[in-house]
Amino acid sequence: MEYFIQQLINGISVGSIYALIALGYTMVYGIIKLINFAHGDVFMVGSFIGLFSANFLSDAGLPPVLVLIVSLVFSMTVSALLGITIERFAYKPLRKSTRIAALITAIGVSFLLEYTGVLVLGPQAQGFPDILVKKQFNLFGTDIQVESNQVMILLVTIILMILLQYIVRYTKTGKAMRAVSFDMEAARLMGINVDRTISATFAIGSALAAAAGVIFGMTYNSVDPLMGVMPGLKAFVAAVLGGIGSIPGALVGGLLLGTVETEISSLGYSSWRDGVAFAVLILILIFKPSGLFGKNVREKV
Amino acid sequence: MKNINKKFWLGVIVSLIFYGVVQVLITTGIFNDVTRSMFLLIGVNVMLAVSLNLINGITGQFSIGHAGFMSVGAYTSAILTLDYNVPFVLAIVAGGVLAAVFGVLIGMPTLRLNGDYLAIATLGFGEIIRIIMLNTEYVGGASGLSGIPAKTTWTVIFFFTLITIVLINNFIRSTHGRACIAIRENEIAAEAMGINTTLYKVIAFTIGALFAGMAGGLSAHTFYVITPGSFNFLKSFEILVMVVLGGLGSTAGAIVGAVFVTLLYTYLRDFPEWRMIIYSIVLILMMIFRPGGLLGSTGFSLKKFGKKGAKVSGDVNSSAS
Repeated sequence: MEYFIQQLINGISVGSIYALIALGYTMVYGIIKLINFAHGDVFMVGSFIGLFSANFLSDAGLPPVLVLIVSLVFSMTVSALLGITIERFAYKPLRKSTRIAALITAIGVSFLLEYTGVLVLGPQAQGFPDILVKKQFNLFGTDIQVESNQVMILLVTIILMILLQYIVRYTKTGKAMRAVSFDMEAARLMGINVDRTISATFAIGSALAAAAGVIFGMTYNSVDPLMGVMPGLKAFVAAVLGGIGSIPGALVGGLLLGTVETEISSLGYSSWRDGVAFAVLILILIFKPSGLFGKNVREKV
Repeated sequence: MKNINKKFWLGVIVSLIFYGVVQVLITTGIFNDVTRSMFLLIGVNVMLAVSLNLINGITGQFSIGHAGFMSVGAYTSAILTLDYNVPFVLAIVAGGVLAAVFGVLIGMPTLRLNGDYLAIATLGFGEIIRIIMLNTEYVGGASGLSGIPAKTTWTVIFFFTLITIVLINNFIRSTHGRACIAIRENEIAAEAMGINTTLYKVIAFTIGALFAGMAGGLSAHTFYVITPGSFNFLKSFEILVMVVLGGLGSTAGAIVGAVFVTLLYTYLRDFPEWRMIIYSIVLILMMIFRPGGLLGSTGFSLKKFGKKGAKVSGDVNSSAS
């Protein structure tokens, strides 16, 4: 039992990373119906920016907590700008064309980010610095161990989720985002600046991916230009699992996927991990095609 | 009908002449090994693109798991020739048939999904097949199979490719092909007209898988080694890119796309650091400036050179060989 709970805790921290990336997928899909395959690579870029700024700030002698916060915010800001740029130059010209053309463009952008990364940074993995000193706690005097890193991940995720909920629920941009995702044409007629809203969506999604990138780097201590591919795909699976277009869905999907994966690994089938993730996806799709939290959209005749 | 027949035989004759010329150039040694293997690769890629076009372009089912079928064919035929000494051509066909069986098995449940959900499900299936191969010791696990006899020659690949194109093109032009196009245009209307949409989707999926499997077998016998990693979702994307760059829904487009991507890949090999960057920029620019692909959705016909701008969407009266 304790072992199970231990794995559950590990799963939640992996799942939080998936959930943060999945939010970007789900928001972009919800608003322009595009599977943004480049999202996993924005996550990679965010991770590298976090790495550089953390190194720079540590050398400058800042206290660790401040290093973490500043590099997190810096990485999120730069990635948000990157997200807006990608949208502006690659996706916006395609807004009126077929979805498959937009999808191919997304794949193109993904390759571009990956291999520019390889060209500039080299293909080999780089070590990510330990920003915070890692400590282990025993939970409630039992044998269940919690790492300080896991607490940090959960904390960052919760803070960002609350922030996101606030933005989407109560700000003008958030209202505009919901309106545009509900009906783009009607929103335009109501005087909402659709282009700006889409840019904002990309910015927020990319910032969340960057945050995931930084905490991913802190957890696994290794980053490389192709690291975005698998987590990106998994996060996408998580988004679909929860019901793509739904923000709570992305959270639940990410946590669910992370937990399932860790449990599978802990049973000694770690090489089957990715396969199980996809199998879960397909089962959900077959029995509940719109995901756990998705709305069932009736087809119009 | 007469016109189609004439065009068909013209196409066959032209392609046979093309075959002869390349064969002579290979036997006389004017083509070096790199060029020769490029021609083999073009053949494999044309088979993959034409078969995926049947699913994605003609039937309108968004599938991105083609590499999975390719790997089933590749592994099956490689094991048959390596361990059981099955004749080469028979092994390739057997690989295709097993891939087709997988096509039925995967198609039945997933084809109820549509659009992006189908895309994700097929992507997932492709990855599951890869992971199964990765974890099966019998097929070599992560290191894959090696020492596969390089039996694929230009003659073999040419005739397999030609047969693929002719069969798929004939299927598209048949009643069944029309039914598939109807499903692409409007599934609900097709259903209302009495078309068994599930049946036709599964048929298209299975035929696509059959030829993808054979292409996989041929590619396994071109290079000595196959690993699960060579059939990951990036490979599926590559095939999708060929189809879309050439022009979704057109067999000629799929051929042009496959040739274009293979040439691009081969000639960019001299600039390894820049290869993928140039490739991705080409992709993005192509989609922005010519989202319909090189040939749009029009079929290839000699008539079009006379009549400018005679674009008919979904025209498949092509003799694209």
